[in-house]
Amino acid sequence: MIARTSSGRLALSDLHAVVTTRFPTVTVEVGEAGATWLRVAPAEWLAVATFLRDVPALCLDSLMCLSGVDLSAVAPAVAPKAGTPKAPVAEPSLVCVYHLHSLSLFHRCTVKVFTARDAASVPSIENIWPVGGYFEREIFDLFGVDFPGHHRLERIMCPDDWIGHAGLRDYVYPTAYNGIALKREGQRFEDGPYMDPAPTDAVKKKAAP
Amino acid sequence: MTVEAYTPDGELMTINMGPHHPSTHGVLRLVLQVDGEVVVRCKPDHGYLHRSIEKIGEFLEFPQFVPYTDRVDYVCSMNSNLAYCQAAEALFNAAIPGAITVPERAEYIRVIFGELNRISSHLVAVGALAMDMGAYTPFLHGIGQREGVNDIFEKTCGARLTHNYVTIGGVANDLHAGAEADIAAFCDECEREMVRFNRLITGNSIFKNRLGGVAVVDREAAIAYGLVGPNLRASGVDFDLRRDEPYGYYNRFTFAVPVGAAFAGANGVVGDCYDRFVVRCLEIVESIRIVRQALKLIPPAAAKADDAVGGWQVDAGKILRKPPRGEMYHRVENPRGETGYYLISDGGKKPYRIKIRTGSFTAMSIFEDLAPGLMISDLVAVIGTFDIVVPEVDR
Repeated sequence: MIARTSSGRLALSDLHAVVTTRFPTVTVEVGEAGATWLRVAPAEWLAVATFLRDVPALCLDSLMCLSGVDLSAVAPAVAPKAGTPKAPVAEPSLVCVYHLHSLSLFHRCTVKVFTARDAASVPSIENIWPVGGYFEREIFDLFGVDFPGHHRLERIMCPDDWIGHAGLRDYVYPTAYNGIALKREGQRFEDGPYMDPAPTDAVKKKAAP
Repeated sequence: MTVEAYTPDGELMTINMGPHHPSTHGVLRLVLQVDGEVVVRCKPDHGYLHRSIEKIGEFLEFPQFVPYTDRVDYVCSMNSNLAYCQAAEALFNAAIPGAITVPERAEYIRVIFGELNRISSHLVAVGALAMDMGAYTPFLHGIGQREGVNDIFEKTCGARLTHNYVTIGGVANDLHAGAEADIAAFCDECEREMVRFNRLITGNSIFKNRLGGVAVVDREAAIAYGLVGPNLRASGVDFDLRRDEPYGYYNRFTFAVPVGAAFAGANGVVGDCYDRFVVRCLEIVESIRIVRQALKLIPPAAAKADDAVGGWQVDAGKILRKPPRGEMYHRVENPRGETGYYLISDGGKKPYRIKIRTGSFTAMSIFEDLAPGLMISDLVAVIGTFDIVVPEVDR
């Protein structure tokens, strides 16, 4: 079947031009393998998001996906020779990736909002794309990004008293959770359950009268 | 939202619906604040099935992750396999044009099995919904037909639930001997069965009145809350990825895209529970059409697995040993709507990041705003008609 199309469908370069004309600080970045995205500063993101959704020529009314990515462990583009130190990662290491789509005009756009890893914060777009509220809770849970403006930013996958953010690259799997032993690295099934000899602070706190 | 404003005047009570409630289809927990039978506040609680599949993927090489995609949505694991494998292929092909060209026969097998799995998933959805509403018999009809699909899958790939059949570069093995006849016979039987099913429950006036006008999601709300697939189409949005962003060989088939149209008659509203139910019933019939067309077009099997026409799998080993750098968001139309895989590769054998966007996860985002004002028993209908599969929510 022939795919439907729309006369208002913009080529990606035209779409980027519309945004960068209105917001000169927004930059177009080209990644590997032809990936292109708009890079928006967190402070400007709410204004840009409203623009993307409401301008009739763009009409990006559907938030397809919102992903958190921890960039702190990306291998450098060219493998360093043996003996030379690893090139430092210059990027701020957390990024929220917004994949947007227009259900009436059929074009797509990717937006990346970078934020520093410590005190990570990106304004909430819950009021622009309501589905974003759920995605943001997931990113808060797994990556520890704060979304000011969210109506109820709570953990969604892990329990409320979970410590740490499991999506981060340097996350260390805990040995126990509230006195329940968890599997350690290298532990085999035949060895039986691992018991944590020392109760965690959370357990002590719970046991205290 | 078109739900009428409801002012509670009685004493509020907080109750747990789930995680072991039979109508929550798994371990979904809804914390409800109710005034008698009417829901005042609904707070979904997720995570009981969280296995951190995305994180596990960062520790596995690209092809090793395929079995995990079965577990993301086990009701339609063929489609889940397909979504991931196509995303990986799209990523590799974007970096190195022509890196993986899936043989023609394998593409047709993917379509046939994807549609068969869609049929079986929808049969579970509509059958289970009828059971939740108190009609037990339709569920047996749905499950009975699903057995036919499972038998075909079992003969070809050996598994009935988690198939692990679609691979990066094709499918794991060719169809079993006599598969075409089996599938054609199933299509005939399923078509007859759908007539019986519709006579039994879809046209039943009690059922129509029960679901018509309940939990209406209008067009704007459906788009804003990220509803996808049948749920989006039931709200009157004519959008199907198979037609509008064709992937694989879907541009070679003719099929209709059912859209919600207040099917319940006098008390029906576009986007109510009955529309969501009927759209799924209609999609089953369209899927049968696609399978029949694919059976006519599929080239005969070749002697070699990597034959460009009659083969079923190309060797992707070379590119999997040294995957290119890049990122790709690829989405396909699953029974529960758009399933997207966002893959990032930093050149290592293992993907740097896998993000899975599933239809049930975004569908849950509407519950908090849709539930107030509904009866508890209508909430059961909402869960059933949104076709929530909990492992897909929690991942």
